Parts: sequence; C-alpha cells; structure tokens
Amino acid sequence: MLMQIEGSQAVARAVALCRPEVICAYPISPQTHIVEGLGELVKDGTLAPCEFINVESEFAAMSVAIGASAAGARSYTATASQGLLFMAEAVYNASGLGLPIVMTVANRAIGAPINIWNDHSDSMSQRDCGWLQLFAESNQEALDLHIQAFKLAEELSMPVMVCMDGFILTHAYERVDMPTQADVDAFLPPYEPRQVLDPAEPVSIGAMVGPEAFMEVRYLAHAKQTMALERIPQIAAEFAQRFGRTSGGLVRAYRCEDAETIVVSLGSVVGTLEETIDDLRAQGVKIGVLAIRSFRPFPLAAVRAALEGAKRVVVLEKSFCVGLGGVVSTDVRVALSGLQLHGYTVVAGLGGRAITKSSLARTLAEAVADRLPPLTFMDLDWGMVNRQLEREKSIRRSGPVAENLLRDVGSVASKVA
Amino acid sequence: MNQPIKFYQTGTFTVGNRLLAPEQRTVQASAERSNSINSGHRACQGCGEALGARYAVDAAMRATNNQLIAANATGCLEVFSTPYPETSWQLPWIHSLFGNAAAVGTGIAAAMKVKGRKEVRVIAQGGDGGTTDIGFGCLSGMFERNDDVLYICYDNEAYMNTGVQRSSATPHAARTATTMAVGPEPGASFGQGKNLPLIAMAHEIPYVATATVADLHDLEAKVEKAMSLHGARYLHVLVPCPLGWGAASHDTIRLARLAHETGLFPVFEAERGEVTAVSKIRHRVPVEDYLKPQKRFAHLFAGAGDAATIARLQAEADRNIRRFGLVEERETA
Repeated sequence: MLMQIEGSQAVARAVALCRPEVICAYPISPQTHIVEGLGELVKDGTLAPCEFINVESEFAAMSVAIGASAAGARSYTATASQGLLFMAEAVYNASGLGLPIVMTVANRAIGAPINIWNDHSDSMSQRDCGWLQLFAESNQEALDLHIQAFKLAEELSMPVMVCMDGFILTHAYERVDMPTQADVDAFLPPYEPRQVLDPAEPVSIGAMVGPEAFMEVRYLAHAKQTMALERIPQIAAEFAQRFGRTSGGLVRAYRCEDAETIVVSLGSVVGTLEETIDDLRAQGVKIGVLAIRSFRPFPLAAVRAALEGAKRVVVLEKSFCVGLGGVVSTDVRVALSGLQLHGYTVVAGLGGRAITKSSLARTLAEAVADRLPPLTFMDLDWGMVNRQLEREKSIRRSGPVAENLLRDVGSVASKVA
Repeated sequence: MNQPIKFYQTGTFTVGNRLLAPEQRTVQASAERSNSINSGHRACQGCGEALGARYAVDAAMRATNNQLIAANATGCLEVFSTPYPETSWQLPWIHSLFGNAAAVGTGIAAAMKVKGRKEVRVIAQGGDGGTTDIGFGCLSGMFERNDDVLYICYDNEAYMNTGVQRSSATPHAARTATTMAVGPEPGASFGQGKNLPLIAMAHEIPYVATATVADLHDLEAKVEKAMSLHGARYLHVLVPCPLGWGAASHDTIRLARLAHETGLFPVFEAERGEVTAVSKIRHRVPVEDYLKPQKRFAHLFAGAGDAATIARLQAEADRNIRRFGLVEERETA
C-alpha cells in the first residue's frame, strides 16, 4: 500500500510487520520517532503479543534485547550516536553470543562537540563489532531492509544493524510502498533460535573462553559474515520476487558501465550523487556511482569487480578516521589491492553539513582532472581552522576549541544570510 | 511451630538442628535437592558465595518446580562455575556482561511473558561490585519497572575476582587493594559506601530481604517467599570471602553469624518499602569479635590498637541495632 509518511514511521510499521516480540526503547535523536511509533502499535494492541520496555539507558536496551533473544524472542531496538557508544559493550556481547537482534541506527555524529545531525561516525565506530551493517539509501529501502534484516539475522544467528541517515531519512516524508502482513509473514518465518534458555533443556550460555578456543569462536563470526555475502543477494532476490521491487543486496552500480571515474559511497547521499553524475554525464564525463549496501560484511569481490575497469575511484564518506583519513576508503583500498587506480578520499557532511550538488560537481570535476588531493574535506572552512591554529600558537590558554570556532562563525542566522 | 525452639548451646545451630521438626532441619545432601550448582566448580575453599548461591538457587528451583532461568553478572560466581566444557549450572543459565545481569533478567522475563510461559521464572545474580556499582543502573531500572525478576546479590564486600578492590559495599576501615591500610585513616573511608537493601526498598518493590550464609534456612525461606511473589524482588546475601577478608576458610559461617550478631549486617525483610520482619540478635557481641579474625581489619589491632576506629564501627553496629530493632527487649533480667 502506498503511503506518504515519515521515514521513522515507515520503519516502525515495517518492524511491526516483522512481529517482534520484545522491543526496548530509549530516546535519542534522531531515532526516537521509530520506537515511539512502535510503542503506540504495542499499546493499542495492533502489535501483539509484544513487550515494549522503556529502559533506563541504551546499555540496558541492548542488554534486555540480549536476554530476550537468548530466551527465544524476536528482539528489536533502535539507537543513534552517543547511544550506540553507550551500548557498545553490549553490542559486542550480542554478536559474540550470536544473538539475531535487529537494531536501527539512525546515523548521527558523535560528540564532543555535541551535535545531533547526520553523519556515519556512530555505526562506523562499531564496524568491527561483529554485527552486519546494512545501509539504506531511501526510506523505501530502509523499510525493506528491516524485513530482510530479520530474515538474515535469524538464518545466520547474528545481529544486524540497519543504518539510515538521521533526519535526512528518519524525518523525511516520502512515499513508501508498505507491504501487507501476509506477504511479510510469507517472507519471514517465525524465529527458530539456534540456542535458547529453556528449563526443558538447560544450557549454559556465555562461558569464559580461553586461548584454546577464542580464535576459533571469533573466526566463526567471520565465517558467518562470509556466508552473509552469499545470502544477502539471495535474500534481496527473494524479496524482489515477492514484493516486486529491488532493495538491499551488496552493492548497486549506477551508470558505471563505461565509467572512468567511479564514486563509492553509502546511505542517502547516493541519491544526490546520482543526480550529480547525471549532470556530469550530460557534459560527457564518463562517471558512475557505486553504492555500498552491505558495509559489514564488506563485499570485497563485488566492489573490486565494479571498480576494476575504472581509472580512478573517489570514496565519498560521512565518516572520518582521525589521524588517517577515510574509514570506508580503507576498506575500498583493500578491495582494490594490486589495481593501479587513482584513489581519492572525500570526507563530507560531518555533523550534518549539507552535501550539495554544486559542491559535489566541483569536487568530482577536480577528481576527474586528477587535481584532487588524496584526502579532501569537502567545504571545509579553512579560514576558521587557520584562525584557531593561529590562536593556539599565540596564546597558551586559548580556551575551548568548539566555542572559539562558534564565536568566529557568529550566529547561524548571519552565516546563512 | 507452636513450641519455641530452645538452644542449649550458643554459638552453634548444629545441636539445635536435631531439635527442629524434620522439614526445618538443614539437609545438605538430600536426593531431593536440584543441585543446580554442581560440585566440581573452582570456588576457593570456604567460599561463602558458592554456598549462598547453592542454597539460594536450589530453593528457587524448589519453589518454581525447576522452571527457572538464571542470568549472571561477570564475577567470581560466573568464573568459578563455568570453566567450559564443564559447567556447574543444571538450569538454563546466561552470562552476558558485568553490569547488565538485571537487564538480561528483564529481557528473559519479557520473553517468557510474551510466549505465555507463566510457569517459567527468572533470577538474576551478581556480586556486590556487579550489583552496587557497575550494574546499579540496570538494577534500579529493573526495580522501578517492577520487572518480574528476583535479583540476588552475593555480597562479599569487595571486587574479589579482580584481586580484592574496594566496592561501594566495602565496610568502613576495611583494607582492600585500593583502600590500603596506610596513612592517617587506613582502610576504606568512613562516610562513603551505599546500603543497597535500603535503596532497593526506596523503589517500593514487592520484596526486599537480607540474609547471611550463617542461617541457610532463613535464606531458603526468603527465596521461597520471593518466588511466591511477582514483580521486582531483591535479596542481599552476606557471603564471607576467606581470600579477600583474610580469614580462615573454616570461619566463613562463623563470620557471617558474627556480622549479624554484632549488628554490622542487619538481617531483615521488607515489603513495598516497609520493614516487615527482622532476625533478632540472639547473643549480642562486640564488633571486635567479628573484626579480629579478619586480616582486612588487622591494622585496627596492630600495636596499641585503634580504639577510636573500632568505636566508630561499634557505633555503626549500635545504630543498626536501634534502627532495625535487632535486639529483643527482655522483660526479665
């Protein structure tokens, strides 16, 4: 059924269609509307049987999900930013225990300085935690990926994060096609746990593991992700067959056929990139976009296959590995090992800075001309940066950094004007 | 029992045991026991926690007809019970993290509720560090939501698993690896620490109780009482640690009894925030009797002795006795 609704509400309804049995809710922007939507569906009896638990922290949210999942209940929560960091210990624990929890991450920057707006720092901080990480490009895809995520998680007995851009997607009203309950039920079988806490068949879960088996347990988590590389495209195909639209998969190439330059990115910015590429194509530039849908497992072979015919690769990412450069870029470089391509990293959109078509067109034109530095911070205000560096050079007690910069900027209204 | 039990010797219940009705006697090796924590685990000799957990979990198993699931915090109890491929646990058991046992318990209880398995009950358990410090947020959340979990804290008054560091349950003046017995005020500082049973009561949850491993029948009765109720329940059990307390392993029961009989550890029950019963002190003893056998208090007795600090501890015991009415008012002298 077609609906014009907020991204968070679309996700809430899609999650409800998956019949979660335990939902843990803790507010943090920009995720909160999702659990609010689910809470209403539980409270009014639409989603039943389901326990909706208002927990006291994100750490508790994931811990309650761990207990519920280990006891055989389909479990869901959502978070963002500081919340994901606060639950980090339990995030690793959930994957270490092999519990198929599904969690939405409404991607948001991490402080300090505190910032509620979108970038990918939060989920990238957990890239090695053992969870699968799927990135949505649109609200329709976010909705669809949640349905696929439960299937994938439960087949592998591994947790899955569905990452969607905070505000840009979560708070945007878009048209979505909401599947029927019957179709979701046919696509997603009831949860059949691999391990379960049950008095009829007592097991101990969570024993200490020493050097004699720890590496093997960790390797098996990697093996699950390797299996996911096969299952993700298959599940996307099954999904397409039943629901009549393409969502998910490992990667998606746009106008890459004869492209000399390919921009690799993920999340909602892919839409902006496609429009920019259309303009550049119209000017005769041979350029395309490769959207990464599955960041964990990272589809090395698919990325390599998509890029190996190109002359240069630009990784545009909303994340930043301080002291090195790009986070996604590093993974892309692994995929390109041995290929002599020009590689550029463009860090953009941190803390919600708008990624405009004009900035992209300018930056990509520089890349096409091989004039772009290897690491570029798109639309960085060098004046502000240099003023602060100068301040620190001349005054010992130069004061708090962020506040100095904000004073330099002046009120936001004057900046916009 | 209509007839009050008379004990002809003081300082031991062993003689009293055979005077009790059969159902009240302490039976360690009954074939009826579920033995939920099997022998063969790696607890130290004289471990109060192993003893307390064995009686508490077996009592909970009895009370639930073996329909019980346990969540466990990281700590001694977790480490010594699961040297895999061996596990002591004869019931479904999960260890997740140090600070989240109460929340994991909440999750299990929610799963049982949503699946309509009303007969399956949940306990969560941890040491004093996992309960009063790092797990306190999750515990308080479980309490205030009145989740259907019995949380059992086995309190040995410090972080024993990591090498005896101070927790917020460490008694004043006690030496630990992080409250060294040096300087003008050796040991754990006065004016710090928290009383978790009272904090639990402030949540007005259905049931809060304290117990010690000196009175295992009392512990069992409190577990049974707790399992007869629904909602959040809290049981705080004093479990001496021979290693951390610097005490002889054969003194575990004696020290637990002395902790009660000095008044330093009040044993009581509370429902919905109000004290409903206290275990009276049968034979009141000065705090020195309790402190002296423990090396963690040895600095109080070195040289001329630290009478002032001992007096402060005695004042704490006296306050507990007043506050909880631990000593029976005698009609005849």
